[in-house]
Amino acid sequence: MNSPPTLAVCKFASCDGCQLTLLDCEDELLALAAEVRIAHFLEASSEVLPGPYDLSLVEGSITTPGDVQRIREVRGQSKVLVTIGACATAGGIQALRNFGDVDEFRSAVYASPQYIDTLATSTAISAHVPVDFELRGCPIDKRQLIEVIGAFLVGRKPDIPDTSVCTECKRRGLTCVMVADGTPCLGPVTHAGCGALCPAVRRGCYGCFGPMSGANLPALIGQLHTCGMSPRAVDLLLSTFNVAAPGFARGDDGR
Amino acid sequence: MTHRSRQLRVSALARIEGEGALRVVVQDGQVLAAELQIYEPPRFFEAFLRGRQHTEVTDITSRICGICPVAYQTSAWNAIEDACGVSAGDAVAALRRLLYCGEWISSHALHIYMLHAPDFLGYPDAIALARDHRDLVERGLRLKKAGNAILEAVGGRAIHPVNTRVGGFYRAPAKADLVPLAEQLRHALGDALATVTWVAGFDFPDVNLDHELLALQDPGRYAIEHGQVVSASGLAFPAAEFSRHVAEYQVPHSTALHARLDGGAYLTGPLARYTINSAQLSPIARQAAAGAGLGPTCRNPFRSIVVRAVETVYAAAEALRIIDEYERPEPSFAEVPPVAGVGHGVSEAPRGLLYHRYQLAGDGRIESAAIVPPTSQNQAAIEADLRDLVSASLHLDDAALTSLCERTIRNYDPCISCSAHFLDLRVERR
Repeated sequence: MNSPPTLAVCKFASCDGCQLTLLDCEDELLALAAEVRIAHFLEASSEVLPGPYDLSLVEGSITTPGDVQRIREVRGQSKVLVTIGACATAGGIQALRNFGDVDEFRSAVYASPQYIDTLATSTAISAHVPVDFELRGCPIDKRQLIEVIGAFLVGRKPDIPDTSVCTECKRRGLTCVMVADGTPCLGPVTHAGCGALCPAVRRGCYGCFGPMSGANLPALIGQLHTCGMSPRAVDLLLSTFNVAAPGFARGDDGR
Repeated sequence: MTHRSRQLRVSALARIEGEGALRVVVQDGQVLAAELQIYEPPRFFEAFLRGRQHTEVTDITSRICGICPVAYQTSAWNAIEDACGVSAGDAVAALRRLLYCGEWISSHALHIYMLHAPDFLGYPDAIALARDHRDLVERGLRLKKAGNAILEAVGGRAIHPVNTRVGGFYRAPAKADLVPLAEQLRHALGDALATVTWVAGFDFPDVNLDHELLALQDPGRYAIEHGQVVSASGLAFPAAEFSRHVAEYQVPHSTALHARLDGGAYLTGPLARYTINSAQLSPIARQAAAGAGLGPTCRNPFRSIVVRAVETVYAAAEALRIIDEYERPEPSFAEVPPVAGVGHGVSEAPRGLLYHRYQLAGDGRIESAAIVPPTSQNQAAIEADLRDLVSASLHLDDAALTSLCERTIRNYDPCISCSAHFLDLRVERR
């Protein structure tokens, strides 16, 4: 009998929410554990097996000189490397430092900033090593996570459509919050995957899955202004968990 | 053995939320240092919150912790609404408490079954435990799922809820939306009671801590999302006076700030809550506690797993009560126009007291932010416990001592992502 494929989960700067999503797969977790050998998952197990690993899920962004080195080691140990979540895929909300002064940030939070070793930027994993697939979301969606793990285990491409939240919203038969209520919504430019959670509660999408490919952001910004948003409010709306993602980043749309 | 100097290294401390290291130095039978070293890279939330709008704070601070986002949201809206002089009203308050019960159930089930119980039963993780006792792990997963079901039904998402806002909710669920949830929770209550009985049968080392304890207290009920700050020694003060009593300070070995209460180490979390507030538990939770052999107080950190199980019973029963009495808030939120000033907010995260303070400009811009997470507050007490435990256990070999240290840390369910991650244990014997 062949030995089962090995799965590793590693963490960089993040909130733990994306790896927790794996433990939140309450109905699938034990079935998954029968198909793969969970070889490295510190949050869940004190047993750590040496690499190489067949599939590594990487959470978090790169923010320290040590982590620049560690992600190279993780890549070296991984046949397939998948980033999970906005931190690993776009730098996360901590990438707001990329647009500020990190020395001033450090002094604002710590009395003795000299003890704190940090980089001036928070960057995506793909800025440092080749990545095989990037799963979006802040946090990721558990159905999409199961799809990605299943796909890589059998060696097929994951079925993760690169379309907008609008497509999911229409499929659910929800009334458009922007058209019906004039509520500002990032759904037309945001990558699908959440299942249109915000419009389902009559809230505008706030972009936690980051930009879809080919998003027409300038057109949407015009519409956001029509909804009554100030340029500052638009900038804040786009400057959250995917602030450093190409497409949402400051400067990408002339704002 | 005549070695006076030994060094022991474990590659990583597992089953905690985040990564850090422990360094213990022993020389001539004296423990010179016991440091919980936190390497979690800092993310600078308090710095980049400046200049954001007061209505954004709940969505942003939830991203500090994926395990307890509702705690971060709650302390944040408590602080913002305090600054703006707005009360969200009783119906919103009840729905918020229901949401928070969901987080307690989900987080406690995760810690009890997946992080903590394997220590008592000699397994590396819940997956290995499931190979021998699948029904037990399935019960834990069911319980966790019930907590997440509350978070999804009320918050719109289990991790980083989307339906919450300063002032209330985007859309309050209809009573009919909560009926299927109540059915799931009735089963969860049975699972929670069985969990108390199960964990009460574990072997607990005989340890009793004399730390000062700090928790919220809420007249007439077990404090979760609201209350004044109370200590086991009789101190009582409102959230606004938190920084007068609690001072944060930096230590070289950690990216998480430490905290002291009126100059001394102290503990927040399940043991503190139970010891201060056990009389306010509901009858079913009190009965479960008595059945598990808990008195009115609990100061044994190894028994924190029993307290978490009792709190899970409480949260499931409390969620059922709230659903039973539920009246949909109309409107679903209060408007919170900005007011220049300072606001303070506290709540009981599953792992302890969480304090937020914001200074707002007249247009709602955040001028300054301060967040004191439970793990920062507990760090000094955890280190003191490690020192005592190592001192009393020097007869153990390095492997046994290391294992005891790891268990000690897990007793506190530290959430290192919150406070500032690679837990790497090192015992130096000189």
